[in-house]
Amino acid sequence: MELAFVIEKVLLVSLIFVITLVIAMYSTLAERKVAGFMQDRFGPDRAGPFGILQPLCDGGKFFFKEEIIPAGAHKTLFILGPTIAIITACIGSAVIPWGQELTIGERVIELQVTDVNVGVLYMFGVVALSVYGIMLGGWASNNKFSLMGAVRAASQSISYELAMGLSLIALLMVTQSLSLKEIVVQQEGFVNWNIWVQPLGFLIFLICSFAECSRVPFDLPECETELIGGYNVEYSSMKLGLYMFAEYIHMFVSSALMATLYFGGYNFPFMNDLGLSQNWITIIGVLVFFAKIFAFIFFFMWIRWTLPRFRYDQLMNLGWKVLIPLAIANIVLTGVITVIKDTFF
Amino acid sequence: MMNDSVSKISGNKPVYSDNDPQDELFTLNLGPTHPATHGVFQNVLQVDGERIVSGVSTIGYIHRAFEKIAEHRPYYQITPLTDRLNYCSSPINNMGWHMTVEKLLDIELPKRVQYMRVIIMELARITDHIICNGILGVDTGAFSGFLYVLQEREFIYEIYEEICGARLTTNIGRIGGFERDFNETAFAKIREFLKRFPPVLKEFEELFNRNRIFVDRTADVAAVDAETALGYSWSGPILRATGVDYDVRVNEPYSSYEEFEFDIPVGTKGDVYDRFMVRNNEMWESLKIIEQALDKIEKEPKGIFHADVPDFYLPPKEQVYNNMEALIYHFKIVMGEIDTPKTEVYHSVEGANGELGFYLISDGGRSPYRLHFRRPSFINYQMYAPMSSGMLLSDAIINMSSLNVIAGELDA
Repeated sequence: MELAFVIEKVLLVSLIFVITLVIAMYSTLAERKVAGFMQDRFGPDRAGPFGILQPLCDGGKFFFKEEIIPAGAHKTLFILGPTIAIITACIGSAVIPWGQELTIGERVIELQVTDVNVGVLYMFGVVALSVYGIMLGGWASNNKFSLMGAVRAASQSISYELAMGLSLIALLMVTQSLSLKEIVVQQEGFVNWNIWVQPLGFLIFLICSFAECSRVPFDLPECETELIGGYNVEYSSMKLGLYMFAEYIHMFVSSALMATLYFGGYNFPFMNDLGLSQNWITIIGVLVFFAKIFAFIFFFMWIRWTLPRFRYDQLMNLGWKVLIPLAIANIVLTGVITVIKDTFF
Repeated sequence: MMNDSVSKISGNKPVYSDNDPQDELFTLNLGPTHPATHGVFQNVLQVDGERIVSGVSTIGYIHRAFEKIAEHRPYYQITPLTDRLNYCSSPINNMGWHMTVEKLLDIELPKRVQYMRVIIMELARITDHIICNGILGVDTGAFSGFLYVLQEREFIYEIYEEICGARLTTNIGRIGGFERDFNETAFAKIREFLKRFPPVLKEFEELFNRNRIFVDRTADVAAVDAETALGYSWSGPILRATGVDYDVRVNEPYSSYEEFEFDIPVGTKGDVYDRFMVRNNEMWESLKIIEQALDKIEKEPKGIFHADVPDFYLPPKEQVYNNMEALIYHFKIVMGEIDTPKTEVYHSVEGANGELGFYLISDGGRSPYRLHFRRPSFINYQMYAPMSSGMLLSDAIINMSSLNVIAGELDA
């Protein structure tokens, strides 16, 4: 492996890591600003202009808070919980194609850390792992409320991963590829976006994303009014911060994944008709991609400050009795349409 | 309270049980400091996973012995105690107390004062229902609706400030009327409130009334039939939600409520959704009542804000300093040297949570011989633990919100 390649990848990984963290940080501010906007108030505006420094202050405060590990807690797992949560949240972004290639001099730089040919499966694996952080942390706290939160998180995650996976199968039947890069390349322009061929699949995927991120209306693992914060009740200091961070990174990665799979990733309408050079297309593509991500993040927040949450059994009913049958129907429908298309057109 | 399997484990014996470990219950302390209790009270629940098997309610965390304190205070000093019963709608408590003493002393108030009282009580009812329904939204996870209506509560508090100077623990009014007339700003603000509240309430209703998740969460949850509700002596919105049209304002009119046109919203099933709807509709009715009261006040002669009862109503200061008679009355009232009939009275008003009653026994002295507050929260809450068994934890929590248990009223 040549050195330049290694340097390029290390730089890209660090860059994406930093961007992910910064976006997660500023999502916390954005959440509060959006909440303020929805609720006729200002949100944080004391730290810096428009409260821009608020996330830094919050982060700093987290670091300086006393760290308390409850006496009855399983110490190793208690520490492992948030660690797993943050690690699984961060590694998800490795396979997401952020843009097309940039050409600098002779060198062509791919704006993707790695194009795994089973990228979709990788994402799934990572998402499935993330529940361990919550589960372990909740159990290790030795608190009844966190245990209930952890159990809720585990069952919710398992139920909704099924529907999510099934909704993706229909998509994969259309794309014929598991590589995220390949899926994005197929969706060039505007009319080729997967949302047009898989609207139902997208809807299911979107709902499942909410559930996977434990966002309202699926925020049962935290559920402040019932479980007093759920799995993270006993956490303090930066451990709590890591859990919160993981949630926002999760939201960011989910948004990126939805944009990639269904909304054409970095593709934008008329991208090849504007007569721009490849580098410009790439740069605009990256910006467009982030715009799509932010739109989804905003959507997450919009829902959070509007809807009530489900009850546990309603959540299960929705997952098992509605979403999974719908996803299966979607697979059948997609199959039938594909066969008809291949046979007659 | 411990069930068998649990006691086996807690005993000093080998942890062994023939029971299926899945049958084991655990004890969950819901409260005293739980975000859903909105106050200090506790429920010790035996929980099987998410399902509540049985529960015991513990109250008394903020018991302040008001009934005992009241036995040592002159009548007019008991008003601030009533503030701290249901602190979400203190004016109703204040008015109820004044009316009880007026009943004892046989004082007839001028119509204008009665209408003023109606206005202030209905405003208080709105604030209380705003809190209850908003919090119900919060407890189901929808936060924003709560803040929309809370802004309006803020405005009502401004009206209180205009009228009496205080916001939460209002101490509005005196025995025999009000301490001062509503000023022009107060009337203007009340009229403005009548204009600005309906759109907000409509928006609030649009957020919840037909919201599928909210309806699924609340409909058929904690349904109580009328017979059980009456058996537990429920009153107020939660009783009306079961279909019983009992409202003290209509059944035992006080403060000229019989002159007003308004409907009593009732529910059918007595579930959380019905309670929510009854409260929402009551807010609309309260608005109607306030409007009528304002119209009626305009027809009454201006400037009357108390009954002409110098024995019980403090004279104005300028008279106290310049006039012998007034000075004597002032002294007697402040020192609590007024003569009261030796009798007992019960008076009740429709509080925001139900029938708020005052049972007063007087032995002719300066303070009550015995005073009992019939606090609706206390009576309504008795059913909470039996109701909860078999419920999911989430349901039990919204059930608690919809009962609107105010800790101050629970423990007088």
